[in-house]
Amino acid sequence: MSETVAPAKGAVKPRRELERAVVRFAGDSGDGMQLTGEQFTTESAWAGNDVATLPNFPAEIRAPAGTLFGVSSFQLQFGSQRVYTPGDRLDCLVAMNPAALKVHLGDLKTGGLLIVNTAAFDKRNLDKAGYAQNPLDDPALAERYRLHKVDMTALTLEAIRDLPLNQKEKERTKNFFALGLVSWIYTRPLEPTVEWIRKRFAKRPEIAEANLRVLKAGHAFGETAEFFNEHYTVEAAEMAPGLYRAMTGNRALAWGLLAAAERSRLPIVYGAYPITPASSILEELALHKRFRIRTIQAEDEIAAVTAAIGASLGGAVGVTGSSGPGIALKGEAIGLAVMAELPLVVFDIQRAGPSTGMPTKPEQADLMQALYGRNSESPVVVLAPATPGDCFYIAYEAVRIAVKYMVPVIVLSDGFLANSSEPWLIPDLGTLPPIEVKFRTDPEGFFPYLRDPATLARPWVRPGTPGLEHRIGGLEKQDVTGNISYDPENHDHMVRTRAEKVRRVAQEIPPTTIHGPATGDLLVVGWGGTYGAITAAVERAQAEGLSVASVHLRYLNPLPPDLGQILREYRKVLVPEINSGQLVRVLRSEYLVDAVGFNRVRGLPLATEDILEAIMQLTGRPA
Amino acid sequence: MSASGPGAAEARRYTKRDFESDQDVRWCPGCGDYAILSAVQKTMPDLGIPRENIVFISGIGCSSRFPYYMNTYGFHTIHGRAPAIATGLRLARPDLKVFVVTGDGDGLSIGGNHLLHVLRRNVDVTILLFNNRIYGLTKGQYSPTSELGKVTKSTPMGSADRPVNPLAFALGCGATFVARTVDRDVRHMEEMLKRAAHHKGAAFLEILQNCNVYNDLAWNLLYDREAKLRSQLTLEAGRPLLFGPPDDRKAVVMEGVSPKVVPAAGLGERELWVHDERNVNAAKILADLWAPDFPIPVGVLLDIEAPVYEELLIEQERRAIADRGPGDLAALLVSGDTWKIE
Repeated sequence: MSETVAPAKGAVKPRRELERAVVRFAGDSGDGMQLTGEQFTTESAWAGNDVATLPNFPAEIRAPAGTLFGVSSFQLQFGSQRVYTPGDRLDCLVAMNPAALKVHLGDLKTGGLLIVNTAAFDKRNLDKAGYAQNPLDDPALAERYRLHKVDMTALTLEAIRDLPLNQKEKERTKNFFALGLVSWIYTRPLEPTVEWIRKRFAKRPEIAEANLRVLKAGHAFGETAEFFNEHYTVEAAEMAPGLYRAMTGNRALAWGLLAAAERSRLPIVYGAYPITPASSILEELALHKRFRIRTIQAEDEIAAVTAAIGASLGGAVGVTGSSGPGIALKGEAIGLAVMAELPLVVFDIQRAGPSTGMPTKPEQADLMQALYGRNSESPVVVLAPATPGDCFYIAYEAVRIAVKYMVPVIVLSDGFLANSSEPWLIPDLGTLPPIEVKFRTDPEGFFPYLRDPATLARPWVRPGTPGLEHRIGGLEKQDVTGNISYDPENHDHMVRTRAEKVRRVAQEIPPTTIHGPATGDLLVVGWGGTYGAITAAVERAQAEGLSVASVHLRYLNPLPPDLGQILREYRKVLVPEINSGQLVRVLRSEYLVDAVGFNRVRGLPLATEDILEAIMQLTGRPA
Repeated sequence: MSASGPGAAEARRYTKRDFESDQDVRWCPGCGDYAILSAVQKTMPDLGIPRENIVFISGIGCSSRFPYYMNTYGFHTIHGRAPAIATGLRLARPDLKVFVVTGDGDGLSIGGNHLLHVLRRNVDVTILLFNNRIYGLTKGQYSPTSELGKVTKSTPMGSADRPVNPLAFALGCGATFVARTVDRDVRHMEEMLKRAAHHKGAAFLEILQNCNVYNDLAWNLLYDREAKLRSQLTLEAGRPLLFGPPDDRKAVVMEGVSPKVVPAAGLGERELWVHDERNVNAAKILADLWAPDFPIPVGVLLDIEAPVYEELLIEQERRAIADRGPGDLAALLVSGDTWKIE
């Protein structure tokens, strides 16, 4: 035991107040780490903390037990201040087996809490993890970290010895022991977990009883075991008042579509082919048939997008969702929607690539694909959500723009936003901007490519409207009449018109929010899921007295009209991205600004520490 | 999304001319497509559907220019994808009558996957596949229905691919209506178009069509009067499988599990194979018959009923709303675990 200071029997252990903490639960895929992490998150949200989470699981469905690649983990940061990210370095690591220890120990802060389930450190598991000797026997481990060796399996079995469950079922509850223990360490309320267990296992009361007992045993162990000499509290954060729920990015995208369907009174047809990490959008939407959302699990990515386009032809909102490889397959069809000038929304839940790459890991490397990844001049609107909850508003905005401008809109989310969750202030739906669609019904003066002077949108006609029968397609057409045309001047005009239509979406973009001083030494520009890491780093730099501000782009094409002026107000511009430099290229070419990239392409969210270091370097104040 | 049928509104009395668009037709002079276009326009009034409720969808290729020439709603899309576009359209708008016009390359090569799935799902669309056994628009390369050894610009020493049989393919996909007609037999073509268009579910009609520029007379066995008399087996429901000139009538019969051609004379009524459009197994055998060992079947091979994809999905939606009421987003947002911050 690394800590032997024991409080006097019966004394209440001291509580230390923390501003924030980063905890990671890691174990075998079968150890229930995702569930443990989610419950710990709910407890923290109940405690009034701001929370950000990072689930991380193997791509294999049932990875072999005990292996390094079979390790599953769930990380969260909770705090009494705004929490922007799941955190970089861990304050506490719970390792349920040797493989989890090996994979994750490197992320634990020196002096951090390390809790291990000693029962899993047998020869077999040590071999699988590639440990020649038991690392728990190495005194250096206890010197470097506050190591707590707990035989969770034995304590679990003891707590439910008398219950009529078999050995396997009993052992399976040990994640609740870990949850109970860590809940005690951080003074989390157990009520939400107790309630969850009762509901979840209502039909298996003996399992519910076992889980509850083990949860409480873990909690009691923290209180009574002699080596846990202190524990912590994290006060409630100051958050906007209102009703909150946990929200993941993919669910928020799906619900944003439901909101758009309700407000626009248009049906939505969602076409998709299963692909990680986008499949859960299809699954979520399929649950909500009552909202007149019709889902097609298509035969392939191309059918998914073309079915959506067919729905748009019919006067519904066609939406498709995929990840980078699928978006590549959809390219030609997105071009058809550009040419036919039909509304289309495309969700790209980016993952690490190229090719199959690392399907469960996030990346931001599809920006160029979204902007330019189609044949010829094929401009589309590109949006990107900043946080899991923001996915709701971005999905809604994508539909609003697509139907208003008769244009495809690509939404760039990523695997991190898709699966991680944040406390989400439930919006008042009345505050969402209206989505107004007027189908053309008047044959008088009708032409298929007659344009609205403000938006350049062509009329949307529902087949079934008498007197407006017309033909559209992928061939170049004469403006206004829509007749097939190979005229050189007309083609040049149409290329420019399609681009101008997308440019005019800029009139929809609100003034850019600057986080920090309006002028100064450095502006950090980001987009997508790196919002949290960038904002946290910039706030820390500001706290250090640096003249640094940040801007986070939710509109990537067109860019906000005030961005060029903002960029000129700072001596330097830094663009952190999980790619090898894509937005930075766009900004350099668009504004002739000497922007510098900060790029890590590791299949992981950017670390606040790393961004902070880059800020320090650029501002001449090495950390 | 009204679910009422495409003919719900009182259709006005149309003539062929009502379905002719103002666009110049741009196929080569002598192309078989002209006859098909004319036949389609002529049979449209028979559908009894208001013109505005009809949509023609095509992919790419000579055949896919078709929608431009029809005075209905139309969408000329991208290569091979028309069946998927039609599926999305039908799911959004089950009140519309949707046609897919495709070719042997568009439907069976680049779009083979979509054709498979639109047929297996039994989406309510009428699919017209113009089969000329050649790539015309790209100027003369062999197609997936070209015969083995076909010499074309891309196969100067002959193609090495065995051709696909469109009817056998469609039946293998689980199609519920499968028929074949010939561009030069206008009356038969019109009858087949009507049958296909009236079928509920995915109807697959192969139209043997002549490309007089790159593959002239590919179907001469069915064009030449004498050859046709000997080669064509015209299928009619309830009638025996008999073909050939009056002085040399032949019958197709089953011998064990194999079809066989025998002289018709002297066959008893019970030995004849009487065509049954509802027999899937028989249709699969018929689909594989081809000259010279067998006659070439023309007509309706199969016409059966099966659940329609979009109707099943829309029924699920109706049931969900009937059981739990229409979607209420405000209620959904506060469902499950929530907590209040003062």
